[in-house]
Amino acid sequence: MTASKLNDFVIKLANVNGTGSASANGMLMKSIFRMGIPVTGKNFFPSNIQGLPTWYEIRVSKDGYLCRSGKVDFMVAMNAETYNADLAEVDSGGYLMYDSTWPRKNLQERSDVTVLGIPLSDMCNKAFESARAKVLMKNVAYVGALVALLDIDMSVVENLLKETFSSKPHLADANMQAIRMGYDYATEHFDCPLPLKLAPMDATSGHVIVDGNTTAGLGAVYAGATVTSWYPITPSTSLIDAFSLFCQQLRKDPETGENNYCVIQAEDELSAIGMVLGANWNGARAFTATSGPGVSLMSEFLGLAYYAEIPAVLYDVQRVSPSTGMPTRTQQCDIVSAAYASHGDTKQVLLFPSDPTDCFHMSQVAFDLAERLQTPVIVLTDLDIGMNDWMIPEIKWDDSYQPDRGKVYDAKQLKDMDAFYRYLDVDGDAIPWRTLPGVDSKGAYFVRGSGHNKFGGYTEKSDEYKDVVDRLRRKFDTAATLVPAPILNIDSTKPREKGYALLSIGSCDGAIREARDRLQQDGHGNLDYMRVQAFPFHKDVAEFISQYEQVFVIEQNRDAQLRQLLTVELEIDPQRLIPLLSYDGMPVSSNFIVEGVSKLMKQGHAA
Amino acid sequence: MSFLKKPNIAHPGLPKNEIGLTIRDYEGAMSTLCAGCGHDSISSAIMQAYFELSVEPHRVAKVSGIGCSSKTPTYFLGGAHGFNSVHGRMPSIATGANAANRELNYIGVSGDGDSLSIGLGQFGHAIRRNINMMYLIENNGVYGLTKGQFSASADRGSTAKKGDANPYSPIDPVLLAISLGCTFVGRGFSGDKEHLVPMLKSAIKHEGFALLDIISPCVTFNDHEGSTKSYAHTRANLRETVYADFTEHHEEIIAQVDPGEYKKITMHDGSRVGFKRVDESYDPTNRVSAISYIEEHRAKGEVVTGLLYMEESSSEMHSVLGSNKQAMATLPYNQLNPGSETLARIQARWR
Repeated sequence: MTASKLNDFVIKLANVNGTGSASANGMLMKSIFRMGIPVTGKNFFPSNIQGLPTWYEIRVSKDGYLCRSGKVDFMVAMNAETYNADLAEVDSGGYLMYDSTWPRKNLQERSDVTVLGIPLSDMCNKAFESARAKVLMKNVAYVGALVALLDIDMSVVENLLKETFSSKPHLADANMQAIRMGYDYATEHFDCPLPLKLAPMDATSGHVIVDGNTTAGLGAVYAGATVTSWYPITPSTSLIDAFSLFCQQLRKDPETGENNYCVIQAEDELSAIGMVLGANWNGARAFTATSGPGVSLMSEFLGLAYYAEIPAVLYDVQRVSPSTGMPTRTQQCDIVSAAYASHGDTKQVLLFPSDPTDCFHMSQVAFDLAERLQTPVIVLTDLDIGMNDWMIPEIKWDDSYQPDRGKVYDAKQLKDMDAFYRYLDVDGDAIPWRTLPGVDSKGAYFVRGSGHNKFGGYTEKSDEYKDVVDRLRRKFDTAATLVPAPILNIDSTKPREKGYALLSIGSCDGAIREARDRLQQDGHGNLDYMRVQAFPFHKDVAEFISQYEQVFVIEQNRDAQLRQLLTVELEIDPQRLIPLLSYDGMPVSSNFIVEGVSKLMKQGHAA
Repeated sequence: MSFLKKPNIAHPGLPKNEIGLTIRDYEGAMSTLCAGCGHDSISSAIMQAYFELSVEPHRVAKVSGIGCSSKTPTYFLGGAHGFNSVHGRMPSIATGANAANRELNYIGVSGDGDSLSIGLGQFGHAIRRNINMMYLIENNGVYGLTKGQFSASADRGSTAKKGDANPYSPIDPVLLAISLGCTFVGRGFSGDKEHLVPMLKSAIKHEGFALLDIISPCVTFNDHEGSTKSYAHTRANLRETVYADFTEHHEEIIAQVDPGEYKKITMHDGSRVGFKRVDESYDPTNRVSAISYIEEHRAKGEVVTGLLYMEESSSEMHSVLGSNKQAMATLPYNQLNPGSETLARIQARWR
């Protein structure tokens, strides 16, 4: 009944939060990675510290697909509370492993799923002394069983344990003992390995496993950011943690031990963005990180920064909305609120990274754009990118990079000029020149969010006011020429699907790439696909859309926010933009896109 | 009347300070506040203080929130950059600016509405972080720009122009600041420039957060009978307790008064603040007795003024954080960029 699956399946581990499963699950994923097999791990965790259900999903893909497929082939059901739902989720022909120490009454059965019982608690209770170890080692023991069942290379596991516990060798021994216990039980009682199994490959060299908050934080270090202020909020906190940690390692003056960085935990998000504006005004590269609720709180200051033309970088690691929503689930739901953050005629520059590689490189892009354009740049990442374990090619750094600090007059330039006026369009690109405090009194001016004229003075005169806001609108046109261009995916070697195309942003990318391949295997033509990288929209976006009868706009929110923005900003006929929306809080799967696009194309052909 | 330009001519006989500047070099744009506004007297004292200290105007950064008081940084030190931020959020702008450049001199100007209502949170946290800045509350007990509503510093029972009595207890920024651990706290009166200038100079020189609550009557909306923030009421109930007597490090200290009346504190750069006590029992370095003294006199309806509290060893934010002495904003990029080899080493841990 089970088809053989080599290096191509999904293991989902259902655990109870706070029982130490995360490190065991991470070890399992990393072992597969070190066998050279492409793999990713996604963590579906509760907004809770202990007791609620939590899942970790590992996708093994010899073809290198790193999104959720939408299927589960092997369930490790360690949470009695969610057992029935977990069993129901297993794909036909799949497996389920559970702790058989306490035989579950009313154990729901499925004839098409192979259930493997292992007395994990019983084994660990006998083998380990401390109460904590008894709980923790159950997780390690199921990893041991999977080593046997899936044919994981034991030496890889052993090395991983040695590295992890290099400073505490006794823990390495205890972990290894638990691995062996699980392994031995599985080999004695089951026919190992299963048809669902692993075999070493060479497809992960030159790659690393990392989450996007870590790379974004590191990217900010490389961008030369020196000041950060933030208020803790899931799922953005680990971005600041990463920045702080890398700064502690890389930004201490070797002679004095002094910090070449300043990290300030603010009292709220209003204060966090205020500090970022104060620091950028004063010439430092400063940023904050938050999520949707924080962006709401920061909105007033973001409007001031737009109008007074102060650079700032803000990472919005999006989570499920509205309101507090589901803080530990993912969505792309702040597109519209970020694009128009603040009251009145305000528009913000947005960047849409698709994975941890983008999070790193777009950090430099964000600071360069913010200072070049003298305006906030919001990096719209999300929980899926920020907190899950992605396999990416090793990040390359170009040592010739120099930050673009934009138009800033220095002391000499100021000395040589008759007078300085803050908001003059000297160069015709609608970007004025600025000066920094402390440099020269000739550069002094008064930043204000109240009406001002092009000289920087207070005004209530209609024409003077309009002059400035009209230039700001033109500046946004300039921004569209400076932001990263969209990425176009057209496979000209294969027959194209005429009349249709796909358009999307950010973390939908992986699922769309796999879906395109699968649709083609299903007999469809190749679908052209554009991934938008920024707002305001680059001119190529409108050009691309104009070539098709219908463009399927794929995004992860309920209200088709990217489509709204395209319709409003590019004045595209909404009939031609067909929404395909995933907003249940789980990272979009390739299955969802295959099914959705097939259905839409069927409807389109029928019409 | 902001369209009026001040003539830019200085009388040749005007006295110059150590860096060759006259008081005119510390002026700003023409004030647009009401004639007789207490805030304008404070601006004038601020100019005097920076002039006497011979601070280069462009090495000062002025920050403010929203309200009448927050407009005033345009009216002094035209050669300094200024930032008129959003309502109640100036402390965060000041904190970020200070984080980026610790070498500048920061003056924050706020009001009772800006600091004690909408901005109470940020005010408290700037004190908690001990940001190196002078923070002024130009306190008139009333919202001027929105035409006369009570602010959080209005005394219970004091009446509005139209006669309504304020039903709520006031927030006293001085007591609040001392209780929050503020390292320099004073209260002045806009009508008393003679005492204000040395207090401002001491506040500018203080390494840490220096709060000055300055009673500054609103001539348009809060200068009537029944107001406890009017010129007349403030003058009648002022209890001058401690005068600041500021001495720069290189000046000779001339003892004009019985030295027994003085308590002296040497500041980080060697300058000295003397406390000339009108009330000899008062100890401006004791937090507990300062609070009870101010409370006692408040109960009697008196406004205690002077340099009321100062911590002798104050650690401002950067010294707590261990920041580089050089401003973050001026660190060269090659000192900030770890380079490609380091990146490869970091990524080796991600395999």
